[in-house]
Amino acid sequence: MPRIQSDVNRFRQIVRGKVREELRKHLGHQEMFGRQGKHVVSIPVPQLDLPHFAHDPGGRGVGQGDGDGQGGEGSNAGKDPGQHVLEAEFTVDELAQMLGEALELPRIRPKGRDELDTSSARYTGISTTGPESLRHFKRSYRHALRRLIATGAYDPQRPSIVLERADRRYRTPRPRPRPSANAVILYVMDVSGSMGADQKELVRAESFWLDAWIRSHYQGCRTVYIVHDAAAKEVDRDTFFRIRESGGTVISSAYELAIRVMAERFPVDDWNLYLFHFTDGENYSRQDTEKCMQLLDKRLLPNLNLFGYGQVESYGTSGDFHEALERHFQDDPRVALSRIPDRDAIVDSIRTLLGRGR
Amino acid sequence: MNERPLPLELTRAQERIENIASDYGLTFFRTVFEMVDYRQMNALAAYGGFPTRYPHYRFGMEYNQLSKSYEYGLHKIYEMVINNDPTYAYLLEGNTMLDQKLVMAHVYGHADFFRNNMYFAHTNRKMIDTMANHATRVRRHQERHGIERVERWIDACLSVEDLIDPSAVFHVPARRDEQDEDGAAVEPARMPAKDYMDRYVNPPDYLERQRRELERSREESKRFPARPERDVLGFILAHAPLENWERDVVGIIRDESYYFLPQRQTKVMNEGWASYWHSKIMTGHVLTDAEVIDYADHHSGTVATQPGRLNPYKLGLELFRDIERRWDKGQFGPAWDACESMAERVHWDRELGLGRDKIFEVRRIHCDATFLDEFLTPEFCDEQKLFVTTRDGRTKKNVVSTREFGEVKQALLFQFTNGGRPVIELVDANWANRGEMLLVHRHVGVDLRWDWAREVLEALTLLWRRPVRLETVREGKRVRLGHDGKSATEEALESRPGDGKKTA
Repeated sequence: MPRIQSDVNRFRQIVRGKVREELRKHLGHQEMFGRQGKHVVSIPVPQLDLPHFAHDPGGRGVGQGDGDGQGGEGSNAGKDPGQHVLEAEFTVDELAQMLGEALELPRIRPKGRDELDTSSARYTGISTTGPESLRHFKRSYRHALRRLIATGAYDPQRPSIVLERADRRYRTPRPRPRPSANAVILYVMDVSGSMGADQKELVRAESFWLDAWIRSHYQGCRTVYIVHDAAAKEVDRDTFFRIRESGGTVISSAYELAIRVMAERFPVDDWNLYLFHFTDGENYSRQDTEKCMQLLDKRLLPNLNLFGYGQVESYGTSGDFHEALERHFQDDPRVALSRIPDRDAIVDSIRTLLGRGR
Repeated sequence: MNERPLPLELTRAQERIENIASDYGLTFFRTVFEMVDYRQMNALAAYGGFPTRYPHYRFGMEYNQLSKSYEYGLHKIYEMVINNDPTYAYLLEGNTMLDQKLVMAHVYGHADFFRNNMYFAHTNRKMIDTMANHATRVRRHQERHGIERVERWIDACLSVEDLIDPSAVFHVPARRDEQDEDGAAVEPARMPAKDYMDRYVNPPDYLERQRRELERSREESKRFPARPERDVLGFILAHAPLENWERDVVGIIRDESYYFLPQRQTKVMNEGWASYWHSKIMTGHVLTDAEVIDYADHHSGTVATQPGRLNPYKLGLELFRDIERRWDKGQFGPAWDACESMAERVHWDRELGLGRDKIFEVRRIHCDATFLDEFLTPEFCDEQKLFVTTRDGRTKKNVVSTREFGEVKQALLFQFTNGGRPVIELVDANWANRGEMLLVHRHVGVDLRWDWAREVLEALTLLWRRPVRLETVREGKRVRLGHDGKSATEEALESRPGDGKKTA
């Protein structure tokens, strides 16, 4: 390991500590995230500058050149040293870990089949990095020899071969993935006229963390996005957060679609099923609400690990779906209910929804 | 460091360039080139060029940033040299042959500068070994006292690492003045006079003033330290009640700070000198026809100025060339200064040919501040289009405020005096007879960065073990900032004339 690596590790450790301290702040404010790649999320943290006696910035400086285009230059002036922002990169798994620690979430115990462990890894692969104990002697030297011959430095009279870093080859394990427990998360969101952009933003922030946490417990995890107003349809992730319909709300339509999706593609014997429903809680009619309770009780809950309900409150109005659920499923461990009036409530909502450890 | 032989082609190039450099009169320690890949290069750069440094997270932070900006293609480190005997330099694996030669020529410029510039005369030439020893010692302290504890201590030391004496190169640190005998000269000296004249020859109010003056100076000599001290770290090392490992770390940080000091003091000259020589050696001897275009491209890249910035390579190179030209043509001395005729000045050429000798002399005895002070001319300033920028208070943009020579020079000197850092002196280590430390900021028109000043004082309370105070001027008013390790205090002081005014 290069010597610098231990300093890098120590640095990362410190940065992580800082992020962890402020995780609650980040929970509700996902826009604070920088890049959000497929597997990594970068979170900006303030630079770890050591203070020293310095002149107040914004003083005079000396430049060279024509001085034209200073307007353009000036716009950069805000980037004075000292205001640098570090970006700490985390994998989604690490974030989930930190979330778990911060909110003291219980770990999920996958239901269903006994876990078939992945078969013990066999060291059949070759890579350019690895621990010294796994160095592939023959391959490494073969590479060194090849390099020396290619650069013309090899002298057959005095054959001496010196390994360089790049020559080294290591045995690596080739895991044979055999997924033992799979999960599906069905997100259902109300996109009727009463759900505005702010509400969707709340849902997006919360679903990111739900996703991260559940994913960190399963090897394979799929997501299904369902939107509904008076009718329901399955959409992709992008559409899910962007789409805006108008019109009334018939929640049962979404539940029916979810039941269909589960029956067709995700048989309960093979999958751990999660359903999260976000709505402002206004349903079209009492009858429909009653129908929803029936569907939940008879068709959905028996198959689900967890039914999570988040009621996003929109301006002033708030529906009575939450109360209806409360009446019916007060003590059901499979049902978690929460209200999300604003960003700050996200933390509590996450804790409620994931606090069941299911 | 293990020396691995370079590929044959590069070894030959090195020999050739070394010979050319020697023929020009450059002198240097044995110079060793090492070929490294970009990861190693970034790691070395994070360590300030050294293969081993004491463990500290900021090196990791530095490395992280370097690798990231390398990966995004924002920058690439071509060259690095360590002031050491032998002088070590690194070549980046995968660079073209032309780049490697260019770097080598550049490195010989640096190597000569390290060896011959007087500011480097006292630097430790076995610093690679010393740094490795420092690393071992700090590791041992960490094993005994815990990583975090040692790290916090290092952080505190680093906050004041620049509080050392930049003029240390000129005097032996332990200086002692001759002391009067105790009790001598209590009474002010009197002029001999007859009784009836005594009142006029030795006026009583004058005597009284003298007496007070004497008393004050005797009081002052009882002060600790007797006169203001720039080397705060050294003072702490000598007088603070520290544990052995703490003292050791303070010493390590101080040693390294003194080692790096001349490099901070001669950035412009050092880079200018190296650029001067790489261009001389490359264009005069080493370049092949096929390489000319690429060379021109890379050379202009190193000396390019971004709008509104100052490039030390460019400034130093141009100034050295200007000096060489002026001394070749005899454009110096009283006759030149007295000449007012523009036409005469333009065609002034005494054909002295002293330029080469002059720049060698300059590289021996100057640092950036004196270099600019001595050789910056209005003509040069005009030719190089130097200007001063200020922040426009309303638009928050940097705007060109003037191109006037006097102002440009003053701003430049400000930037290069004490590395652009404020001058802080320790004036009293037993302030108010409570063992508190009193620092004074020599205010020259620019206030301190306040939040940092407070944090530095807090770090100092750790090192000194007692409250620390700093007198400075803020927004035109004198203040005494204090810190007792828990919280900061601010006291307003009565103003003295001249506070907050600019002094050149």
